[in-house]
Amino acid sequence: MRPHTLEVDGLRKRYGDLVALDGVSFAVNGGELFGFVGSNGAGKTTTMRIMLGVLAADSGAVRFDGEPATRHTRARMGYMPEERGLYPKMKVLDQLVYLARLHGLATNHAHAAAEHWIARLGLSDRRETEVQKLSLGNQQRVQLAAALVHGPDALVLDEPFSGLDPLAVDVMSQVLREKAAAGVPVVFSSHQLDLVERLCDRVGIIRSGQMVAVGGVGELTTGASSQLRVDVSGAPDGWADELPGVRVLRAAQTSTVFELAAGADDQAVLHAALAAGQVTRFDRHRPTLAELFRDVVTAGERP
Amino acid sequence: MTRAGADGGAISATGAIRLVAQRELNIRLRTRSFLIGTAAIIAVIAGYVLLQVSIFGGADRTEVGLSGQAAVLAEPLRTTASDFDLRVETSEVADTGEARSKLEAGELDAVVSGNAAELRVLVKSELDPNLRAILTDMSRQQVLAAQLASAGVADPAAVLAEANATEVQVSMLAAKDPQADQRMVIGMIMVFLLFMAISTYGALVAQGVVEEKASRVVEVLLATVRPWQLLLGKVIGIGLVGLAQLVIVAGAGIAMATAAGVMTLSDVALGTLAWGVLWYLLGYFLYATIYAGAGALVSRQEDAQSVLTPVTMVLVIGFVVGLNLMLQDPDSTATRTMSLVPLLSPILMPGRVAAGQVAAWELSLAIALTLAGIALFTWLGGTIYRNAVLRTGSRMKLADALRG
Ligand SMILES: Nc1ncnc2c1ncn2[C@@H]1O[C@H](COP(=O)(O)OP(=O)(O)O)[C@@H](O)[C@H]1O
Ligand SMILES: [Mg+2]
Repeated sequence: MRPHTLEVDGLRKRYGDLVALDGVSFAVNGGELFGFVGSNGAGKTTTMRIMLGVLAADSGAVRFDGEPATRHTRARMGYMPEERGLYPKMKVLDQLVYLARLHGLATNHAHAAAEHWIARLGLSDRRETEVQKLSLGNQQRVQLAAALVHGPDALVLDEPFSGLDPLAVDVMSQVLREKAAAGVPVVFSSHQLDLVERLCDRVGIIRSGQMVAVGGVGELTTGASSQLRVDVSGAPDGWADELPGVRVLRAAQTSTVFELAAGADDQAVLHAALAAGQVTRFDRHRPTLAELFRDVVTAGERP
Repeated sequence: MTRAGADGGAISATGAIRLVAQRELNIRLRTRSFLIGTAAIIAVIAGYVLLQVSIFGGADRTEVGLSGQAAVLAEPLRTTASDFDLRVETSEVADTGEARSKLEAGELDAVVSGNAAELRVLVKSELDPNLRAILTDMSRQQVLAAQLASAGVADPAAVLAEANATEVQVSMLAAKDPQADQRMVIGMIMVFLLFMAISTYGALVAQGVVEEKASRVVEVLLATVRPWQLLLGKVIGIGLVGLAQLVIVAGAGIAMATAAGVMTLSDVALGTLAWGVLWYLLGYFLYATIYAGAGALVSRQEDAQSVLTPVTMVLVIGFVVGLNLMLQDPDSTATRTMSLVPLLSPILMPGRVAAGQVAAWELSLAIALTLAGIALFTWLGGTIYRNAVLRTGSRMKLADALRG
C-alpha cells in the first residue's frame, strides 16, 4: 500500500468565549504511530473531531495526502470517538456490516471485512450477541473493529487504551503497529505516557489549544536538558556546588542530582566526585516522556 | 458540505439514506412490539365490528312466530314489513307452550295467532311499535276488504290497491344522506387511526434520536454520513413501518366489516383509506421532523418525555377538539376552519372527507399549507438536530439549538 499522510494545519475553534483550539498543526506520515498527548481539556478531542469532519473548524485545514479532506477522503478514515458508541441492541456482526456499508463497502465486502475483524479480535463466539450483552472489554474490541472494518487509509483514535485490561492493551498495540507498518498514518490520544513512549514514533503535546512540542520521542527527550545522578560516600557537604555547566537539583545524604546543560561535560563531574570520595553510583538519566510532559505543561502554567 | 467524488469510497447521499432507512425497517418490523401492537389494534377493530353486528344485526331483525290460522300471514307480513324498512323473519309455532318458551328465551320477539281480521299478539314485555303498526294495518285491510265485499263493491282488491298506492308528497329542503351515519363512523375510525399512527411513529422517531445520542453511536455515524442524511433515513424508515401498520390495520378492518355485513360502503371506506394514506404521509413527515428536533435536545431517555409532551399535546388537542366538532357537524364553520390549520389538517381532513362534503379548494389549500409546514419544520427540526445531536449533558435550550 502506498503510504498516506494526514495533516492538520492551523486549526482554530471557539465555543462561545472559550478558545478550544488556537492554531493546532501537526502531520502524521504513513507508517507512523503518532501519540497525541495533553491534559484534560487541552483540545485533543476537538482536534480529532475536526479531523473526521464531525465538527467544523472556525479556520484551518485538514489534509489527506496533501489535499484538503473531503467527505470522500474522510470515508477512508477510521475513527474511535472518546465517547464510545454502538447500537446497544444490534448484534456484533450486523453492527459491523452496517458500519462498513455506511463507509461505502458493497454488502459482500462488508460481510467479509466484518468476519475478518471479528475473528482477528477474538470475537468469533460473540458475533451474534447484542452489543449490550457483551463485557466492557469485548465492547471495546467491537469498537476497535468498527474503526477498522472498512479498511481505512488513516486511523484517528481518541483514547483507545482507556479502560482496557492489560491483555486488550497488547492486542490494541499490536493492531496499531500492524496498521502503521502497512503504511497507514495512525494518530491516537492517550494519558498513558509510558505507553505512548513505548509505542509511538512521534508525539505531539498540546496545551490549552496550542501545540507545545511535536517531534520524535528520542529527539524530544534528548533535546531536553538531561540529568545526572551521582552517589558519593564520604564526600564533604557542598562538594558539587562550584562545578561548571551543572546545577544541583537536589542533594540528599550521599546522593546528588544535577541538571546538565546541553553540551556540558559530565566527565568533569565524575573527576570531582572521585576526588571528593568513593563513587558508588554514576548515571546519566534521560528524562522520560512523562517528565518532559510535566515540564512543558507546567512551564506554561507558571506566571 | 463537500461533494463526494465519483471514484468510490464515500457512500452517496441516497445510498446512505436508503441504508439508514433499511436498518430502521429491519429492526422495527421484527420487534415483538410491532407484531403485538398490530395484532392488538386488529383485535380491537374486530371487537368493534362484532359489537356492531350484535347491536344492529340483532336489533334490526324481528323474529315473529306464527301460530295456527296466522301461518298464512308469513308472506304478506314480510312484504308489508319491508315497506316499513323493517326486516321480519317468520317461523311457525306449534302451540302456546312453545310460544311461551321461545319468547322467554328471546328466540322470538312476538307470536301472532288468530285469523287475519282478529289478530292476537303475545310478547315477552312489549311490542315493537313498528310491528304493532304493521299488524294493525294488515288487520284493518282484512276487515276493510270484507266490509267492501259485503257492501257489494265489485272488486274490493282494486279499491284497496288504489287506496294503498296513495302517498303524501314530501319535499326536502336539505336531503339527508342515507349513508351519513356510516360515513361518519368510517371518518371517525380514520381520524383515530391517523392520530394513533402519527403520534406513535412520530414519538418513535424521537426515541430513536435519543437512543442514538444516549448510546453515543451518533458520533461514529456522523464520521461518515451527514446529519440530514441520518435524520431523513430514520424518518423514512420509521414512517414506512407506520404506513405498513396503517394499511394492514385499515385493510383488515374494512375486510372484517364488509364480511360481517356491518359496512355496505366498501368503496367509501377504500376511498377514505387512500386519503388516509396520503394524510398519514403528510402528517407523519410534518410531525416526525419536529419530534426528531425535540429528541435531539436531550441525551438521556429519562429526559425524553419532557420535550416530547408539548408536541404530543398539540396532536391530542387537535384530535379531541376536532373529533368533537366533527361529531356535532362535519361541515360546520369551526370544523372547516380547524381542518385547514397545518398541524391539525392531517387528522381532521381525512375525517371530513369521509364524513362530509369537502370542497376541492379546501382540500388543495390544506394540502398546500401542510406541505409548506413540512418544508418549514423540516428546516427547523433539521437545524435543531444538526446543532444538538453531538451535545451531551443536560437538556439543551431550544434557542441555543436553533442558533447553533
Ligand atoms: N461542545 C462544547 N461546548 C463547549 N465547550 C466545549 C465543547 N466541547 C469541548 N469544549 C471545551 O473545549 C476544550 C477542549 O476540550 P476537548 O477537546 O474535549 O479536550 P481534551 O479532549 O483534550 O480533553 C475544553 O475546555 C472543553 O471544556
Ligand atoms: Mg478528550
